[in-house]
Amino acid sequence: MKNSTYTISVYAENNIGLLNRISAIFLKRHINLESFSTSASEIPNVFRFVIVVNTDADRVRKIVQQIEKQIDVIKAFYHTDEETIFQENALYKVKSSSLFEERQIQNIIKDSHATIVTVSPEFFVIEKTGFREETEQLRKDLAPYGLLQFVRSGRISVTKAKMGISEILNTFKNKN
Amino acid sequence: MHMETNTKIKTTQDKAKGLHISGAEAVVRCLLEEGADLIYGYPGGAIMPIYDELYKFQDRLHHVLTRHEQGATHAAQGFARTSGKVGVAMATSGPGATNLVTGIADAQIDSTPMVCITGQVASHLLGSDAFQETDIIGISTPVTKWNYQITKASEIPEILAKAFYIARSGRPGPVLIDITKDAQFEKFDYSYEKCTGIRSYAPYPTLSNDSLEEAVGLIDQAKKPFVVWGQGVILGNAEKEFKAFLEKSGIPAAWTILGLSALPTEHPSNRGMVGMHGNYAPNILTNECDLLIAIGMRFDDRVTGDLNTYAKQAKIIHLELDPAEVNKNVKVDVALLSDCKISLQQLTERIASKSYPEWIARFDALDKIEYDKVIDSDLFPTKQGLTMGESIEMINKYSNNDAIIVTDVGQHQMVACRYAKFRQSKSNVTSGGLGTMGFALPAAIGAKMGAPERQVVAVIGDGGYQMTIQELGTIFQQQLAVKIVILNNDFLGMVRQWQQLFFDKRYASTEMVNPDFVTIAKGFRIQAKRVDKREELAAAVEEMMASKKPYFLEICVEKEDNVFPMIPSGSSVSDIRLE
Repeated sequence: MKNSTYTISVYAENNIGLLNRISAIFLKRHINLESFSTSASEIPNVFRFVIVVNTDADRVRKIVQQIEKQIDVIKAFYHTDEETIFQENALYKVKSSSLFEERQIQNIIKDSHATIVTVSPEFFVIEKTGFREETEQLRKDLAPYGLLQFVRSGRISVTKAKMGISEILNTFKNKN
Repeated sequence: MHMETNTKIKTTQDKAKGLHISGAEAVVRCLLEEGADLIYGYPGGAIMPIYDELYKFQDRLHHVLTRHEQGATHAAQGFARTSGKVGVAMATSGPGATNLVTGIADAQIDSTPMVCITGQVASHLLGSDAFQETDIIGISTPVTKWNYQITKASEIPEILAKAFYIARSGRPGPVLIDITKDAQFEKFDYSYEKCTGIRSYAPYPTLSNDSLEEAVGLIDQAKKPFVVWGQGVILGNAEKEFKAFLEKSGIPAAWTILGLSALPTEHPSNRGMVGMHGNYAPNILTNECDLLIAIGMRFDDRVTGDLNTYAKQAKIIHLELDPAEVNKNVKVDVALLSDCKISLQQLTERIASKSYPEWIARFDALDKIEYDKVIDSDLFPTKQGLTMGESIEMINKYSNNDAIIVTDVGQHQMVACRYAKFRQSKSNVTSGGLGTMGFALPAAIGAKMGAPERQVVAVIGDGGYQMTIQELGTIFQQQLAVKIVILNNDFLGMVRQWQQLFFDKRYASTEMVNPDFVTIAKGFRIQAKRVDKREELAAAVEEMMASKKPYFLEICVEKEDNVFPMIPSGSSVSDIRLE
């Protein structure tokens, strides 16, 4: 089976130890993660994990079954890139002197649609949100001018399809 | 966390309300609320406040002091397996907690309901590498169904209620609750409410009517249907429904090692064991049937052999409670996601009553081959040395085919499971998925306490016996009439068999120079006997079974016997070897 990129979305209780439990599922199967991010979700007191993994369709299905089996997980899904809208966020710290000495760097920033977050006498920080290739391209473009620091967030993503978490929670409430 | 919104709880007892008590006392009261009046454990620094309460409650709650924390977990497992209740094990922090891990892993893979309670260093010391501090939550995460660390006494009732609910509901499993020492001392206003649901946890999926109809269609059309069942039938208390299904459908059935005893041995539909050392006919015919109905089993590799050649010709129906097991190892045509007590009853109502004389005759013919080539010489040997098979047959005879058989791991386990006969369910206690040597002796303690009116015979090899031999002390202290049979071949027999067959007889570290087991048992003040001659065997087994006390019997068997049939690792089930 062919490998491709899958985005796994997990809706869960915000309980200590769940992060460990989910990462253990990947560890047990010797699978490396492309990215991992957690945040609040649209539902109060429900957390959302977004995990990106490069694997085949059969394995990602089984992994999601195992994630969903965890007691504190309400529901887990997996999607291909075509089924989601996703972004990553990157920060670039550059020497301020290069901004003034190298005219080219100003063009790079302008062309990339990056934003300047802060400027100080020693350094300035720019921010870029987009696909991996876009933030990566900007990193490559800035590298010759001396990148002091570079960092990229995990992927965050929303799906085109409905998730239906509130329905699951309401069903539970009505049954009990 | 937001327990009040996430967990549905029901008040069962109001009389405990208004109690201002310590966390430690609350733990004991919670155990009693859950009907857990028998626990296995070992005290130590970080759990002393709870042990102090156990002392005060000893008229209502019996604590069994095992000789090692691993023994406590296996005893709790044995208790759970024969009683159907949740087993409880307790240990202190650090090494006490880590010693539980093997038993927890065993309970996880064999779906045994168990709650483990560990003491932990005081919450202000967490992360300081304090004396006997270990991250048992981190360590136990991959091998527990759920775990939780309590740092405040007020969490105790709700978390313990949740622990028992999770351990026993759905597909059962082990839960570990770690309680810091300060939370055990802390006083709070106690009240107990039973957990009846958790919003993120749906233990019982709803059976799909469409799938049910599809399954009925496949069953009614099948010419050569075959059932393989596992422990799900026992865990789901579905023995009656299972028997009714088999009797109406007329379908021959075989068991996985953990499904053993769910159907009486002598039932006409019972065609023996599938898998690596299973019976000849059910393995061969797995690859000839046109419909495979898998009930409460998970297509373990020891059952399926090579997946690429496993039942490829057959349609497959899977009756399963755990959605994560469906299409995990074997792709199925119809999944009946439900408690099998429900799905079996629904199927039985809808299917036609049938019989398959020609198909059954195939089983009979292959059984005859296995009998002539293997079983006859195992059970009725003419050679000099004693066999494991005749030893088990003797236990059958003097237990009237009605003992609980507890086995360890290895050759003796395969032989015992192949030849032990059963009349009632929950009679086979063994370590299936994890293959934990050392399981049987402590598990037999729990098995006997879970079914005190029944005969419990622990059949153990000389290797595994020495891994938890110290539990003889527990057996004597508790005066449990457990019958311990060591099938001694002075080898780690199963590994030696593999070395003989696949490693050119290079017997690396498998020969055992053993102690005098009879003297050791006597040292533990347990009546003991050794036999090494065929003419002494019957009398020895008879005497053991008649004893009202713990009894140890060492049977010296042939050193280099092999267990057959055998599917070599990675081979197809139809490539099963008889020699």
